[in-house]
Amino acid sequence: MAVKTDSFTAPTKRRLATFWQPYTRVAMLSWLTGALVAAILEQLVGRPLAFMLGLGKVPVLFGLVIILKAPLLIPGVIVYVLLIYILPIGLIARLTTKLGNKLAAELLRYPMLVSTVVHLVLLYATLQIWGNINDYRNLVLRLTLISVLITLSLNVINGYMGEFSCSHPGFLALGAYGASAVTVSLFVNDNLFGPAVFTGNWGWIIFPFSLILGGIIAAIGSLVVAIPSFRTRGDYLAIISLAFTFIIKSFIENLEFVGGPRGLSSQPDWANLPTVFIWVVVGVWVINNFVRSTMGKALNAVRDDEIAADAMTVNTRRTKMVAFMFSAFWAGVGGGLFAHVLRYVNPSTFGIQKLAEVLAMVYFGGLNSVYGSIVGAVGFNLLSEALRPLEIFKWIIIPVLLILIMIFRPTGLVAFKEFDVHQIIAPKE
Amino acid sequence: MTLLHVQNMTHYFGGLRAVYNYNLSIEPGEIRGLIGPNGAGKSTIFNLLTGVHTPTEGEATLNGVSLIGKSPHEIAAMGIGRTFQNLRLWRHMSVLEHINMASYAHITYGLVGAFFGTALRQKQEAEIEEKSYHLLQLVGADKFADQNVTNLPYGILRRIEMARALATNPKILFLDEPTAGMNPEELKEMMAIIRHVHSELGVAIFLIEHRMKFVMELCDRVQTLVFGEVIAEGTPDEIQNNPLVIEAYLGKDLDT
Repeated sequence: MAVKTDSFTAPTKRRLATFWQPYTRVAMLSWLTGALVAAILEQLVGRPLAFMLGLGKVPVLFGLVIILKAPLLIPGVIVYVLLIYILPIGLIARLTTKLGNKLAAELLRYPMLVSTVVHLVLLYATLQIWGNINDYRNLVLRLTLISVLITLSLNVINGYMGEFSCSHPGFLALGAYGASAVTVSLFVNDNLFGPAVFTGNWGWIIFPFSLILGGIIAAIGSLVVAIPSFRTRGDYLAIISLAFTFIIKSFIENLEFVGGPRGLSSQPDWANLPTVFIWVVVGVWVINNFVRSTMGKALNAVRDDEIAADAMTVNTRRTKMVAFMFSAFWAGVGGGLFAHVLRYVNPSTFGIQKLAEVLAMVYFGGLNSVYGSIVGAVGFNLLSEALRPLEIFKWIIIPVLLILIMIFRPTGLVAFKEFDVHQIIAPKE
Repeated sequence: MTLLHVQNMTHYFGGLRAVYNYNLSIEPGEIRGLIGPNGAGKSTIFNLLTGVHTPTEGEATLNGVSLIGKSPHEIAAMGIGRTFQNLRLWRHMSVLEHINMASYAHITYGLVGAFFGTALRQKQEAEIEEKSYHLLQLVGADKFADQNVTNLPYGILRRIEMARALATNPKILFLDEPTAGMNPEELKEMMAIIRHVHSELGVAIFLIEHRMKFVMELCDRVQTLVFGEVIAEGTPDEIQNNPLVIEAYLGKDLDT
């Protein structure tokens, strides 16, 4: 039987490999240029093309939402995706292979920062133009970016350090409320905090501070879980961290000055795409720096064998505390951004449902891997939007998918892979 | 001056007396053996001296500084490197990362360096890596540097564990059954490596071993531990012919 399937798939695989082969030599620079062109193309001809294909309006998320809502439109969606995204990107990748590689090599002659910034600018431009199509797409884009940050921060504890922490909704809540309390009390005429203190346009300076403050509050809160982690591991710590989430939730529910169970609303509209993008890039950069240093690798050592780590001079308590506080800080920043994107938070946002979501993203994408967190967060968010028409069945399909992943790839899709910026931006030939 | 000095160390696990009135003094550069039947308390002595357990009574000093009450990572940083009876390697890490990790105590770039990738960090990480390569060469495992430890043969893993212990810059190296589970060929290699490491780095070595031949050839002095008590101490020859030791291992002769 095995031989039969082999002989069936082998030629297909080989043909796919020969087809894909030239694309393996395409530098990231060319891919990003392709994506940018595709985004511009959609901006220019997306609407008429969608109309011609009978789609009515531009498919928001690669037509994922349409597939279940109106299955008859699927051929139109496929043509649209092919014409707007796949063909232009593929064509430009092929055409600029040589040029892209040359340019990438040229850029690397300066400090790596230069090339990194060029790539990030291209990526940002692509996202900005792509997100311009409508508000819904822009919102999904921002929430997805924030999910990347939150997923990666949880990955620090659950993946890199291997503790099963359920405390992330608590950290998110602390960050969201911490940041919101500052911005709402200072800048908004609110019936909870009274009239605005500042009326000028101070957002660009106060907003980063309020996010960092939210992060710090979350980091301090994380000590409640970090200190027990010195002595307990595994299931017991999971229960402690779960309790932490509930404590934070009921604590905020009973905190009248931030609105109690009614929640806190009318945050200033500061979390626009560039702000979110910069914060997420900085967060990913810092987290990736940390987990690739010997100090960060100490998390892996503690996970795989704590006694050995201790005997090799690793200060395990400090390592655990740093991991929890670091992770909670970025979760807090993510929570603050989240609150300012939705411009409304209430305590019940940060309950079991949120926990399931963040855990799903981490385990779907892959443990101990920045790639995994990106794949997990983006994949999960797209899937979640695509399955929205199914309403309640969405929460049957997503768990089933998770179960399948846990069976066939227990550590997630892209686990244990180092995220090496140099390798990404380097020329491929 | 004595490097490692232990005086009247006693340890109870609940009501069980694991180690009783244990004394030891090791000079710099000495190779000391610790033998004894299974369950005699040999590994417990290692665990007591490296801070995994705190002895119920007694004093232990390294270069005059007390080891009692210190945590394992502090003791390791003070200069006691160790290997484990059942290999304790980190299964998701590469060989080189293992050796790098043991330089943790020498890192001074701090969290700022770790978060932002400062120049100081690049410099220190490069230094650490160079030292790790050197140690891997010393134990003859440098060609496996980039491999994951789960794919490597047992004999190599033992060497990696030793290189890792050496990366902590120990003054004394504790080897817990370094040849357990090895075939005669690997045994010979291990012996050569231990000799090589000893002559290259000049560290003192304190080793637990079951194989008499190994102990007899390597050690300057040997202690025999039975039921937590030292019954004999001396040169390998003295130990080999000591009737108490023979009795502990083989039992009493019926005629006498």
